[in-house]
Parts: sequence; structure tokens; C-alpha cells
Amino acid sequence: MNRFPNYRFLPYWLVMPSIIVIVIFLIFPFAQAINLSFHRVSPFGQLRNVGWRNYVEMFASPEYLFSLRNTVIFSALVIGVGLAVSLCIALLTTQKIRGTAFYQIAFIWTYAMSPIIAGVMWSLIFDPSIGVATRIISGLTGYSINYFTEPVAAFILVTAASVWVMLGYNICFFVAGLQNVPHNLKEAAWIDGASPWQTFWKVTFPLLSPTTAFLVFVNTVYAFFQSFGMIDVVTQGGPNRSTEFLIYKIYRDGFGRMQEGQAAAQSVFLFVIVAIIGAVQIYTSTRKSVYDR
Amino acid sequence: MKRKTIQAVATHAILLITLALVAFPMYYAFVMATHTHQDAYAFPPILSPGRELWNNLKEAWSRVNMETLLKNSLIIAVVVSIGKIIFSILAAFAFTHFRFRGSWFLFPLCMVTQMMPLPVRVIPLYRMMASWGWLNTYRALTIPYFASTTGIILFRQFYLTVPQELADAARVDGTTALQYLWHVLLPLSWTNIAALLVIEFVYMWNEYLWPNIATTAADMRVAQIGLRMLYTSERGAAEWNIIMAGLLIIMLPPLVVLILFRKQFAEGIAMQTTK
Repeated sequence: MNRFPNYRFLPYWLVMPSIIVIVIFLIFPFAQAINLSFHRVSPFGQLRNVGWRNYVEMFASPEYLFSLRNTVIFSALVIGVGLAVSLCIALLTTQKIRGTAFYQIAFIWTYAMSPIIAGVMWSLIFDPSIGVATRIISGLTGYSINYFTEPVAAFILVTAASVWVMLGYNICFFVAGLQNVPHNLKEAAWIDGASPWQTFWKVTFPLLSPTTAFLVFVNTVYAFFQSFGMIDVVTQGGPNRSTEFLIYKIYRDGFGRMQEGQAAAQSVFLFVIVAIIGAVQIYTSTRKSVYDR
Repeated sequence: MKRKTIQAVATHAILLITLALVAFPMYYAFVMATHTHQDAYAFPPILSPGRELWNNLKEAWSRVNMETLLKNSLIIAVVVSIGKIIFSILAAFAFTHFRFRGSWFLFPLCMVTQMMPLPVRVIPLYRMMASWGWLNTYRALTIPYFASTTGIILFRQFYLTVPQELADAARVDGTTALQYLWHVLLPLSWTNIAALLVIEFVYMWNEYLWPNIATTAADMRVAQIGLRMLYTSERGAAEWNIIMAGLLIIMLPPLVVLILFRKQFAEGIAMQTTK
């Protein structure tokens, strides 16, 4: 650890740039957000202390609870469907076949796509008049879906686009995680007569838990924050607020509806959720790992 | 042996079908960008490329002032990537090569950035920037991003694996700590630097919420906002050919960076997962 003992001040100079940025642009605004969450801003810009009222009203507001519910469903789908599909693909590309390197690269590229790009691509697929998905669905069921007017259609659109855009990143991490699983453990399981199915669930999957926990965290951050651009461009929170997820509501309340105090309370609560998930992730990946690696 | 062959063929088949499904949205977007407005709405849909790509690209380019948008995004992405790389290397070097008072506190403080994504503090940050007169400047779009949890972890993981003897030998030779960083550690760090470059370039190029709030002037807008302008100005019978032509232009730079450094990116990720 201490490879250069004779420097008293140098390490402080080295960490200073990062610390300054963190204090000025992270800690300080965040402290202000906490402070603001206990205030209301008058139309003339004056602050009025209202105690816990912003929080109380937030949890009593049907609109907020609706947004919270939709955000949770959206995140659960992005994480559940996204990680399951990614893990399946990652498992296939790490089999003993030719061309694994090709496949691993061929699946990476959605990582470079922004949420907005994914949203625009998928809104073409779900376009009410010419979209391929719209036409397939109407061909099968005779019913023509329209994401401009139907909440479920809009929800499916943003979920599909989100799962799609996260595939590259998820697969990349799962491949890296799978390659770290020691081969002799799997062999030992086979010799003991375990089926491939059992080997996966009893050996591979537990050893993969730090990777999975990390990806759950990253996908949560995506669903909670990064999806903003897609929502703002493709659905604007609609129809009927069905895609007005928490982050979009903060933006609307804080900048559009000029309710900064209320929006600040929402962002503090959002931080608490993400911090809990982050803490679970750090716990999962740093505890004395499964099978003591 | 035969069962193995069948298994391999089946695996390839599934992978290729999946790959085709994943690539379809991109292909469909490309096909749209090569047709006239009329052909884009043809029934049954035309799924093979047409000949209008160049015209559509030109049209999209001029409609949203693409040159300015790309220039701004490029400046922001490059400056933030370089800033984050430098800041992270310095901090990671401090945390791995020195024992100093307060590091038990400063290290978690650096990790905290991951927990406080920009959206959580966006309202006070906006007020702060407004009071400093930083709105519509490159400063506002770059400096708040300079601290990087990912970067510090990435370099820290690597520096911990560098053998102690290297530093010991350097010290005996009378090399200073900074010379050691510059002449020994940095040349070993290129894989991680390239990996972080990919991560941060892609991240900044695709960033939307903060640039959208912190800029209002047309000449400070970024590429992602340009795509929104192309897209939302065409509600109704959307001109998909023009929208998708613009989309192709805007998605290209991060894709090129990822493809160029894909090996380093994958290695960097592998390093992040081995704790």
C-alpha cells in the first residue's frame, strides 16, 4: 500500500482535483436539494420553510404514487427481462463453439446507442401507420395499436427500447463474469453427475452473483435516470401520464410547473432508493464471496 | 461426437437468429434512410435499401444545423473523457501508492459520485450555474462531470496488481513518485485508458438531460437535442427517411470509438468484474 513513504502532501494534491469537483458539483448541490426539499418557492423567488410538508404531500399525492408504481414496474421489466435475455445470450456465446469472439463483438454495439436513438428506432417499429410491430400485431389479432393514445402500447415501446439498448452492456459484463468462473468447479459438478441445468443454478449462477448485482444496480440507474431522454423525446410522459416516470416528473415539476421544493423532495427520495440499491450491490460484491474465490 | 455437432449447429442457429432480431431496428432505420418519403410509407413495406441515402443525409444535415451540434458534442465528449482519465489516474495513484491520513474518508467520498447521478441534484445545480453565469458555456457542460467513480475503480484495480518491486526499485534509483507515475505506471495503463475513453465518450455523447437544461442558445446545443428536433418537428406523417438519416449521422461517432477500442473495452470490463 505505502510504496512511497516520504511524501507527506503529494497524495492530497493528487486526490484534490476529484475531491474539489465532488464537493462543489455533487455534495454541495445535493445538500441544497435536501434543504430545498423543506421549502416552498414563492412566485417571487422567496423561500418559505414548510417542514416535512413536501414529503407528506408527495406520498399522499395519487399522481406521485402512480408515477412511483409505473417506475417500479418499468425498472422491474428492464432488469428482469433485460438481464434474463442477456444472460442467455452470454451463456450461448461462451459455449465451446467456433466464432465466439465474433458473436461477443457482434452483440456489443447497442452499448454505443443513446436512449434517445433507441427510442426513435423503436417508435418507428411501433409507428401507428407503418410500424412493423404494429402491422404484425394487427395481422395476428386484427387490432391496431397506437402508442400516441394507448398507455399500454407506450409502456411496451419504452420497455422494449430500453431492454434493447442495455443488451450490449449487459452481455459484455455477463461474458466477462462467465469467463471468470473456474472451469474445474463446473467439471467437478459434472463428474458428480450434475446435469447442465443443475450445474448452472448450483455452481455458475452463485459465482456470477457479484456481476448480477452490479448489473442490477446499473440497470436500475438506467431505468430511473438515463431513460429520461427517451421519455422526453418519444412519449413526453404520456399518454395519460403512463410513462411519466419519477425522473421525468421531477423535471416537469421542477422546471415546467415551477414547484422546485416539491421536486427537490422527490429527488431526495429518488436518491434514497438508488443509495439502498447501491449499498446492496456493494455488499453483495465485497462480502467474502460465495465459495471463497 | 454427433450429438456435439448437432448441439453446436443449434447454438449457432439460435445465436444468428437472435443477432438478426437485435440488429433489426438498426437495419430498419437504415432502410428508411435510403427511401423517399413516399416509399417509406409504401405498402407492403419495402425492406431493401433504396437510393435516396445521400439526399436524405444532406437534408437532415441542413435541417438542424448538424455541423454545430456535432462539433459541440465532440468537444464535450473529448474534454470530459480526457478530464476524467487524468483526474482518475491521479486519485487512483494516490489511493494505491501512499498511506495518508484521511484516505479512509476520501476514498468513499470518491465512490459517492456513483450514488448521486446528476438528475438528483439538477435543480440546485441549475440555480448555481445560473448565478455564476455559466449557462450556455462549455464549462457548464464539462467541469461538473470530471470526477469519475468508474475511472478511479478501473485504475485502482489495475495499480493494485502492479508488483511492489517496481516501485521499490524506482525508489532505490532515486526516482520521484511523479516520475514513477509518468514513466512506469502510465505506459502500463493504456488498456485502461482506452477502456475509460470508450465508456466516457459514449456516456457524454449520449448525455441529454443536463445539456438540455444548461443550454438554450442554438449554437450550444448538442447532437442528442438535434435528434429530438428532427423527430418532434415531424409529428403526424413523420418524415422517417429524414429522421433516420439524421439518426445515422448522430449515432456514428460513439459507435466508431467503441469499435476501434472494443478489445480494450472488453478487457477493461473484465478487470472491473474481478474484484
